[in-house]
Amino acid sequence: MLRILQFLYRIRAFILFVFLEVLAIWMIVSNNSPQGAAFFNSSNVLIGSVLKKQADVIQFFSLAEANEALTSENAEILQQLRLLQIKPDSISFVLDSALAATYQFKGGRVIGNSLRFSQNYLTLNKGSKHGIKPGMGIFNPEGVVGRVKSVSENYSVAFSLLNTGLLVSSKIKSSDVFGSVQWDGKSASEARLLFVPRHVKAVEGDTVVTSGFNAVFPEGILIGVISKISPDEKNPNYLSLTVKLSTDFSKVNYVYLVENTLFTELDSLHRQSEISNEY
Amino acid sequence: MNIRNLISYLLLILFLGVVQVLFLKNLALFGIAFVFIYLLGILILPVSVKTVPLLLIAFALGFFLDVFYETIGMHTAAATFLAFARSIWLRAISPTGGYVDTEEPSLNEMGLVWFLSYSFPLVFAYSMVFFVADQWGTSGFLGVLNKSFFSSIFTCLLAILVQLLFFKRRRGIR
Repeated sequence: MLRILQFLYRIRAFILFVFLEVLAIWMIVSNNSPQGAAFFNSSNVLIGSVLKKQADVIQFFSLAEANEALTSENAEILQQLRLLQIKPDSISFVLDSALAATYQFKGGRVIGNSLRFSQNYLTLNKGSKHGIKPGMGIFNPEGVVGRVKSVSENYSVAFSLLNTGLLVSSKIKSSDVFGSVQWDGKSASEARLLFVPRHVKAVEGDTVVTSGFNAVFPEGILIGVISKISPDEKNPNYLSLTVKLSTDFSKVNYVYLVENTLFTELDSLHRQSEISNEY
Repeated sequence: MNIRNLISYLLLILFLGVVQVLFLKNLALFGIAFVFIYLLGILILPVSVKTVPLLLIAFALGFFLDVFYETIGMHTAAATFLAFARSIWLRAISPTGGYVDTEEPSLNEMGLVWFLSYSFPLVFAYSMVFFVADQWGTSGFLGVLNKSFFSSIFTCLLAILVQLLFFKRRRGIR
């Protein structure tokens, strides 16, 4: 018995090493599994505030550019609003609930971002206090940015579209053929459009937008443009499509968050009918 | 190691960690060469530091970085591995006559060639563990090798530069 204890004492460094490695690997796995609760991440108050200070300094230098983008977007929205305004008329009737607003929009600012790893995350300066919930979609005027992963009181952490774990349900705008956009972990300006059957006639330059099927994003938010088409080597039934992303992820700072207010209803319906819906 | 040394090491590690998080987080030359300068803080701890406290320091430091990088566990696993490999590697490349007990394995004490042969394999091992964890199941092994190789070159270069610029040179040695 004493011998065993002596032996164990002699290799204590190795035992500690193995223990710490296992702990680290457990952290990696539990952080990457979608259900795993992540306690330590940048939505923590202390870390969030440090990241926010850093972003404050860095984004100060691009304020002019951001303002310009916001103004031009405002102008565009004003234009659309003018078209939608109803002239006062003698008849008015109540529209039924099918036309009720299902999407709610909120604004936010990116305070932490990475794009060089294969699992990239964003940190936003809004949290549960401002009505942010896990699962909300994130986009900016250029295109889709990501999806909220977890939320604390003042901050939230989101999957970037540049995260190999995120699938965005999407379609080719001209032909309405749908597939899923997933990042392949290589270039920060390209992703792949998966599950498009071989018989589909796709052309380079076709626009890819969100499909609205997964109830995270409303239909028609820009993702990118098809830049390369080739037959898939692994699975001959599908095309291998490369999409040039319209969002410049190195410059993402002001974003919109979108929530589907009917998501829970839709989700419970899917559960009830035992359909698994990937989002 | 006296208290004054301890405090100066602590400050150095803290400083390197803050620099890493605030300025070098999104830096990647040509998209492949990352820099992990905070590893210098683990690398130049005195030879006399035992493996157990070294492992704990590396674990804590890696975790500190992970929280900011949003890569929970990856830096931790890699830094712990580096700390364990360091003690073995130090024994393997010990100069004839062994280390003087208080000696630190830094550039100014040991010279350029020795420091390179000491730090490069360790940083390379660190990068390998980190990028394998990062790209698990997504892309090929070649990309991992590529990134690790250039990252370790970049990190070693910067580590040498930092030591040349900021570390006090001891009189009489080289």
